[in-house]
Amino acid sequence: MKYLKQFGIILGISFIGEALHHFLPLPVPGSIYGIVILFVALVSGVLKVDQIKETSAFLIEIMPAMFIPAAVGLIDVWELLESKWPIYLLIIVVSTILVMAISGLITQAVIRKEKQ
Amino acid sequence: MKEFLSSSSYFGIFLSIFAYLIAVAFKKKIKSGLYNPLLVAIVLTITIVLLCGMDYSTYNSSARYLSFLLTPATICLAVPLYEQLDKLKANYKAILIGIFSGVITSIGSIFLMSKVFGFTKKEFVTFLPKSITTAIGLSVSEELGGYVSITVAAIIITGVLGNIICEMVLKVFGIRNRIAKGVAIGTASHAIGTSKALEIGEIEGAMSSLSIVTAGIITVLLAELFVGLY
Repeated sequence: MKYLKQFGIILGISFIGEALHHFLPLPVPGSIYGIVILFVALVSGVLKVDQIKETSAFLIEIMPAMFIPAAVGLIDVWELLESKWPIYLLIIVVSTILVMAISGLITQAVIRKEKQ
Repeated sequence: MKEFLSSSSYFGIFLSIFAYLIAVAFKKKIKSGLYNPLLVAIVLTITIVLLCGMDYSTYNSSARYLSFLLTPATICLAVPLYEQLDKLKANYKAILIGIFSGVITSIGSIFLMSKVFGFTKKEFVTFLPKSITTAIGLSVSEELGGYVSITVAAIIITGVLGNIICEMVLKVFGIRNRIAKGVAIGTASHAIGTSKALEIGEIEGAMSSLSIVTAGIITVLLAELFVGLY
């Protein structure tokens, strides 16, 4: 029953997140409410890591595969991208590299400065 | 056969997982840092779907059960984050500054490039949320009047791209601190990048998870301001 119990807890939090998304007028998805709820529950001691450990590790491990259906969905929007795809791709590539470099470099610099 | 495949309750989900397993198995043989199992699995799945003459809705009628697990899995990212609570507490200032500068860079760079390429406001809004998690990005685009399906495509391409290039980019720019690595990956490429950060290490994965949430919220707060300036 261990795994069923763990999965039940995770689905319960998913449901609470979904409800908050439905009833609160903010553009925040249920999954984000859910992370915050679980994090607070763990920090406050309402939940122990052991109560969800194995099932959460399993879900996180198979997470990359969960993105496949959405990515395959690109075949349905290809018509919309076709005419301008080189520009679109250029924007995505340049911007993604810039964000990665700048957020990483600044975080690293601040950590080093604080250590001094 | 085609008729059977288009009515099968399991083919889409089986194909997706099987393609991923094959792609991961090849990773052990091809020891190149450029080889990306997620990308290979996506290409493999698309190829087979097209070869079978299936349309997306047929494939997705069973594959959607994989997507269905994304919300519970995303919620579980709180666990690695909790396990790094001490690191988070000790470095919260650096982490927040890093994520904030990343969001500004993201919206700012898209703003500038949209101007350069003469995009309409609608096109700018479409790409504005490309670095944040799909569910938030989709509603930002919808709210501000973007082309929502292109936004979703841009978010997914950004995530897969981040997953592929993050190790190389971090190396080139000399980002070696593990907390900074996680912040960089999560801020630039949300959950799809984070799945790579989790493979790199526990600290990287935890900080990347935190960045998904924080970058998403900061983007929501700043989006309207930038759209007003465009």
